[in-house]
Amino acid sequence: MPNLAVEIEEVSVYFNSKCVLEGINLKVLENDFLGIIGPNGGGKTTLLKVIAGLLKPTKGSVKVYGKPPHKSEKLIGYVPQLNQPDLSFPATVWDVVLTGRLNRSNLIKPYSEADKRAALEALKAVELEGLKDEPIGKLSGGQRQRVFIARALATEPKLLLLDEPTLSVDRRLDTKFWEYLNELKSRMTIIVVTHDISALSKYVDKIACLNKKLYYNESKQITREMWMEAYQCPVDIIAHGLPHRVVEEH
Amino acid sequence: MLEVLQYEFIRNAVFTALLASVACGIIGVYVVVNRIVFLSDGISHAAFGGIGLGYFLGSNPIYAAITFAVAVAVGVGATSKKLGAREDTVIGVIWALGMAVGIILIKLTPGYVPDLFSYLFGNILTVPRSDLIVMLVLDLILVLTVALLFKELLAISFDREFAQTLRLPVNLIYYILLTLVALTVVMLIRVVGVILVMALLTIPAAVSEIFTKRLIHMMFGAAALSLLFTLLGLWLSYLTNLPSGATIVLLASAVYFSTLLYNRCAKRK
Repeated sequence: MPNLAVEIEEVSVYFNSKCVLEGINLKVLENDFLGIIGPNGGGKTTLLKVIAGLLKPTKGSVKVYGKPPHKSEKLIGYVPQLNQPDLSFPATVWDVVLTGRLNRSNLIKPYSEADKRAALEALKAVELEGLKDEPIGKLSGGQRQRVFIARALATEPKLLLLDEPTLSVDRRLDTKFWEYLNELKSRMTIIVVTHDISALSKYVDKIACLNKKLYYNESKQITREMWMEAYQCPVDIIAHGLPHRVVEEH
Repeated sequence: MLEVLQYEFIRNAVFTALLASVACGIIGVYVVVNRIVFLSDGISHAAFGGIGLGYFLGSNPIYAAITFAVAVAVGVGATSKKLGAREDTVIGVIWALGMAVGIILIKLTPGYVPDLFSYLFGNILTVPRSDLIVMLVLDLILVLTVALLFKELLAISFDREFAQTLRLPVNLIYYILLTLVALTVVMLIRVVGVILVMALLTIPAAVSEIFTKRLIHMMFGAAALSLLFTLLGLWLSYLTNLPSGATIVLLASAVYFSTLLYNRCAKRK
C-alpha cells in the first residue's frame, strides 16, 4: 500500500460568508498524477492554496505526508498561476530559481554549492539554462512559467502543485511539458489544475472535477454525473480516440 | 570650489550626503520594488509626531523620531491585519495623525522652537556632528541586516506567496524591512525634510532600475545617484542661494523624468 501524499478531510473554505469550497474529501497517493478541472471560480486555486498551506481552511483538516502543510519541511513545490508579473523586477532567472532553495535552516546563510547544483539541475530540466543570466522581465510568458516550475523543482519537493501551468506556454512546448511532468511522477506526487482536458486525458492518472464540491472517484474516468454536478449543465463527452472532445448538448 | 570644504558645516554636509546615500541606495530599492512608497511616505510624516515629542520632552528629536517611525512601520501592518482595515487607508490616517501630534506638541513646547523648518524641508547644512554618529550607526545596522537577509528579502520582494510555501518567516522579515525603512526615513528627514523624503528614497532607485538587472547592482547605482543628487544639488543651492532640500529634489526629479523619456525613446528604436 503506497503512502498517502495528501489527505483532505471535510474541508470547507469561506471568504467572509461566501462558501468557496464545501466538504472536500480527497486522498492522493504517493506518486499519483492528479488533474483537477472545473469551471472558473469553482475553487481550484483555493484548493491548491489550502494544500500548499497558504490558506487555512475554515473547517476540516489537511495533511501532506501525514503532517499539516505548514509543518512539512521542504515537501511542497508550488507553481502559482502566472499573475500580472512585475516585469521590471531586478532579478535574473538564476536569482529567481535559487529562491527555491530557501528554507528555515539556511536563513542568513549564503547559498551552498549543493543549492547551486540543484538550481542548475532544475533549470536544465526546463531547458532554460541558456537564459540563466537574463533578467526575469525579458522572458516571454511561457518562459517565465518554466522558470517558476524550475524554482519549484529546485526545492526538491515530494509534492508538486501546479496552477494552470500551460496557460501561457506555447502549443509547441505543450506536449513536451506534459511528457516531462509524466517523467517526474516517478519521483514525486503531482497535482495539476488545468483547463487542458486533452492533455489531462492523455497524461494524468486520475481526474477530479471541482465546483465548490469535489467530484472524484479515484480514477481517470469522468462520469456524466460528475460533469453534470461540476458544470451545472448537461454536457456530453464524446471521445474520438484522443483528444477528448466536450460538446454541450443543446 | 574645494576651499568651501574648510568650513566644518560643509564637511558635515558632505558626510551627511554620503551616509544618507548608503541608506537610500539600499532601502530605496526595496521601497520601490515592494511598492511601499506610500507606506514610507506615511512613516516619514508620522515621524514628524516624534520630532514634536522630542522637542516637548527637551531631548534630541532624532531619537523620538526613530521610535515613532518604527512604531508606525510595524503598527500599520498589524492594524490593517488585526482590525481588517485597508492598509492604504490606515497609512493615510496615521500620516495625518503623526503631523497633527507633532504640531500640537510643538505648540505646547515652551519657548522658541529653533529649527522646525529644517525638519519639514530639511537643511543638510545644519546637521551637527552628533547626528552624523547616529547616522553612521544606522547605516551599519542597515548594511549588516540586509547583508544577512539578502536572499530572503529578495524572495519575499519578488513573490511573497511562494516564500510562504517555503515556510520562511515571511511576516517577520517584512516587519524587519519596514523597520529598516523607518530608520532610513528618519535619516533622510535630516537631509531633505519630512516633505521631501520620498524624493531621495524613490528617485535614485527608480533611475537605477532602468539601467540594472539585478537587485545588488540596482543598490549600488541608487546609492551613487543619491550621492550625486545631494552633492550636486547642494552645490547648485550654494550658487543660486536657494534652499538646499528643494534644490536637491528639483535636480533629482529632472533626472528622473529625463531618464523616463530617454528610456521610452530607446525602446522605440
